Amino acid sequence: MDTKPIPADPGFWADSWHQLKRNRAAMAGLLIIACFALLAIFAPLLAPHNPLEQVIAARMSPPLSSGHLLGTDDLGRDMLSRLIYGGRLSLIIGIISVSISLILGISLGIVAGYFGGWLDKVIMRVIDIMLAFPYILLTIVIVAILGPSLMNAMVAIGISQMPRYARVLRASVMAEREQDYVMAERALGTSNFELMFRTILPNALAPTIVQATLGVGEAILSSAGLSFLGLGAQPPTPEWGLMIASSKQFITSAWWIVTLPGIAILLAVLGFNLLGDGLRDILDPRLRD
Amino acid sequence: MLKFVVKRLLLLLPTLLGVVTLVFFMIALSPGDPARVMLGERASAEQLKKLRAELGLDKPLGQQYALYLGRVLHGDLGKSILTQQKITEELRQRLPATIELAFTATIFASIAGIVLGVAAARKRNTWVDYSTMTGALFGVSMPVFWLALVLIMIFSVALDWLPTGGRMDVRLYFTPITNFFLLDGIILLFKGEGGKIFFNALKHLILPSIALGTIPLAIIARTTRSSMLEVLKQDYVKTARAAGVPEWKVVYHYALKNALLPVITVIGIQFGLLLSGAILTETIFAWPGIGKWIYHSISARDFPAVQGGILFISVFFVLINLAVDLLYSVINPRIRLQ
Amino acid sequence: MISNELLKIDALCVSFNTQRGKVRAVRNLSLGIAEGETLALVGESGCGKSVTAHAITRLIPMPPGLIESGSIHFRGSNLLSFSEKQMRAIRGSRISMIFQEPMTSLNPVFTIGAQIAEVFLAHSKMSKQNAHTKAVELLKLVKIPDPEKRAKSYPHQLSGGMRQRAMIAMALASPNPGLMIADEPTTALDVTIQAQVLRLLAELKERVGMGLLLITHDMGVVAETADRVAVMYAGRKVEDAPVEEIFTNPRHPYTLGLLGCQPSAPANRGAPRLTSIGGSVPDLLTLGEGCPFENRCNRALPVCRENFPSAAAAGSAHTYYCHNPEAPQTEERRS
Ligand SMILES: Nc1ncnc2c1ncn2[C@@H]1O[C@H](COP(=O)(O)OP(=O)(O)O)[C@@H](O)[C@H]1O
Ligand SMILES: [Mg+2]
Repeated sequence: MDTKPIPADPGFWADSWHQLKRNRAAMAGLLIIACFALLAIFAPLLAPHNPLEQVIAARMSPPLSSGHLLGTDDLGRDMLSRLIYGGRLSLIIGIISVSISLILGISLGIVAGYFGGWLDKVIMRVIDIMLAFPYILLTIVIVAILGPSLMNAMVAIGISQMPRYARVLRASVMAEREQDYVMAERALGTSNFELMFRTILPNALAPTIVQATLGVGEAILSSAGLSFLGLGAQPPTPEWGLMIASSKQFITSAWWIVTLPGIAILLAVLGFNLLGDGLRDILDPRLRD
Repeated sequence: MLKFVVKRLLLLLPTLLGVVTLVFFMIALSPGDPARVMLGERASAEQLKKLRAELGLDKPLGQQYALYLGRVLHGDLGKSILTQQKITEELRQRLPATIELAFTATIFASIAGIVLGVAAARKRNTWVDYSTMTGALFGVSMPVFWLALVLIMIFSVALDWLPTGGRMDVRLYFTPITNFFLLDGIILLFKGEGGKIFFNALKHLILPSIALGTIPLAIIARTTRSSMLEVLKQDYVKTARAAGVPEWKVVYHYALKNALLPVITVIGIQFGLLLSGAILTETIFAWPGIGKWIYHSISARDFPAVQGGILFISVFFVLINLAVDLLYSVINPRIRLQ
Repeated sequence: MISNELLKIDALCVSFNTQRGKVRAVRNLSLGIAEGETLALVGESGCGKSVTAHAITRLIPMPPGLIESGSIHFRGSNLLSFSEKQMRAIRGSRISMIFQEPMTSLNPVFTIGAQIAEVFLAHSKMSKQNAHTKAVELLKLVKIPDPEKRAKSYPHQLSGGMRQRAMIAMALASPNPGLMIADEPTTALDVTIQAQVLRLLAELKERVGMGLLLITHDMGVVAETADRVAVMYAGRKVEDAPVEEIFTNPRHPYTLGLLGCQPSAPANRGAPRLTSIGGSVPDLLTLGEGCPFENRCNRALPVCRENFPSAAAAGSAHTYYCHNPEAPQTEERRS
């Protein structure tokens, strides 16, 4: 491992990509995510109906009925179209929540790891206190305070996930800080800011990327949960969690209204978990020999 | 050992103080006027003023915080706006239901998770391993509330084997003794009143426990597998085999005792998480515990109740994590005998 | 050739299927140990000594390992034909093993006494109490001070030397041990402790009357304890002779090289480098049919690339495998 390229080296990412390509589970995850991404981007073209259009005459048609491949819901809206638009929404929610989280977490983690000392102590204390709250509870309470809405749900998920990114990044920044290449840069008189974000961050980011990939899946899951409780997306938004919530009373009569959105969530989250696990095997230094 | 415990407890104090502070400011600094939010748009100025005075919202923030801290230290979490009951009392009534559910879910998840994890490790790279790990991956990717509904759909609606919710059939109403219904059922059994209560309580626990226990089950199975694989590689396992110790004993006695050390930590943390993760499950199964109560308090904008509930659960969570740490050092001779 | 043969390995081949291909870790290996004899198996790291030891007790992980061919006779019966159940009855009772790392070879969450008692319980019907008493007796036998107390200790509470003594006690936990396999038993220990443990091992061997397969790469240890020596290189046996012969009349260039290095210096512990011979052990994956030592040998001939030499005898009990052996040593040059 003496010649192990440092992460900022383009060779490192090329090498990692090669390893990832050989990991079948991770590739399956990537494929699932790519499918969802394509469905999300081309939703208006691919969805057979307007997801909000109610056709009362066609209420609760089962899957495979004419014109509705996956049937319709209790208000006669096309399930397939709602699922496709729901996927678009979930993907956006996942990405925005994790972005919020990453901006907060990376800032705190890099400052704590780079400067150390009392600043590190204060930041880590706050992080520890946040981690004393169970994740789901923290998310729910933040939305409860901010008021139920999709935006607030994303903010809440972003805040609740932040501690883990801050922690992971801090640890890898601390490890990189003492490396020769950083010392060399420092000797050249490079500013702290540039050292932190240009020199160290690209090299310290790998474990955070693993966490973020898993984090997107968890964000999708949490936002569905929040919407299910009425704390996230509001009707008639085609959000998967909300779709499950509003069809609760039909579990006796129309199984597909409840079942299909759940399977969609499961698949999307599975995609990110598969990819995240694969990335962890490759990128996490604790697992590297 | 005693010194270690005391040290850990002292280290906990700043965290607990931080938790109380965070909970206080989360509510106090929330956007908008809490009194207005709680009473709604149509509340009169009179009503608002009364509520503010009641909650101490008319005082400066620093003073509010000091008052809050003082009350919490005396074990006073205030009153619920909705019911006008003391919040500690509300919690006390609901805690047994929540613990009972979290406990059975943890037991279910631990037994199934350990059995599956060990099997996967022993049959590494066979279909047993692959299907267990695929199942575990599905388990952590699944929305729990959806699983709960699917379980109800299958086992309550279609098959009519198990109840859809609640802790006990109404017709079996009895005066609770400990408020842990399984325990009460056993006590009544010994008092010669038959097993009806016990079995009815058990029946009501099955679906919620499976729903709540699925994620921990998956996590425990994964941890057990990787821990077991690590242990089976160790030299002392080879020593035991070379000494002719029977294979089942090598695996289930020698190796498992080592492999379970990290698993026990995971089980403890999961138990702590379940106490709060029960919000969704309790709501779906109409389980009269703390999770459902917090959810209702949120819907009713009963902020003192939410504040009390989250503080209680978080402190509980922190204490359970401490207990897990201590338990770990007690069962691990390498730490215990240092 | 030996009348009261304890162990006889014939033409043993062991390989591992790895991701990079088939590793032939042991090739066509034959060894014999007489009752009560000490055979030292020497060679650099990675040349297949441990694999040989594990093959005898059938503890090679399969897969990826595979015993391809050959036979291993223990007191006349072929261990390779035994069922797993029969094998288990042999392990720890007739054939016991001691490993290199006393730090990791004992189970950290059981007491020393419990681990020794477990071996008794695995091989005979007795009460736990009885097994524990016997464990304490064994700890006394291996000269652990205060054995009653030590039996109740956990491995991490003992020093490295004490742990290795406990391992020896565990290996002796049998009514009639026949063969003890000690795989580099002193490599991980301090030099001063090494001698004590070796002396103990030799003494117990005499007392119990068992055979000993001593794996090591310390020629000093060999000189002190062994009756006979087998030299291995890259999965092959290259020389086999009584101990005096090896030291005074080595015929294989590799044996000579081994004698040239001084592994007793602390820096050399664990990984001896053949400073007297350049290069290192070849990759077992790419090894052909020729002599594996050819690329490092200063006496190599073109034929050495072609095929592995057949056995040559230098006296009744001395065999070597070399196309261009060292000249036999005369009495004068020996001194
Ligand atoms: N479990 C295994 N999987 C693959 N290869 C192995 C395994 N065990 C041993 N080997 C191979 O066998 C060779 C001999 O190993 P070993 O017998 O441990 O050497 P030593 O002489 O140092 O004891 C090594 O080069 C190694 O590549
Ligand atoms: Mg070895």
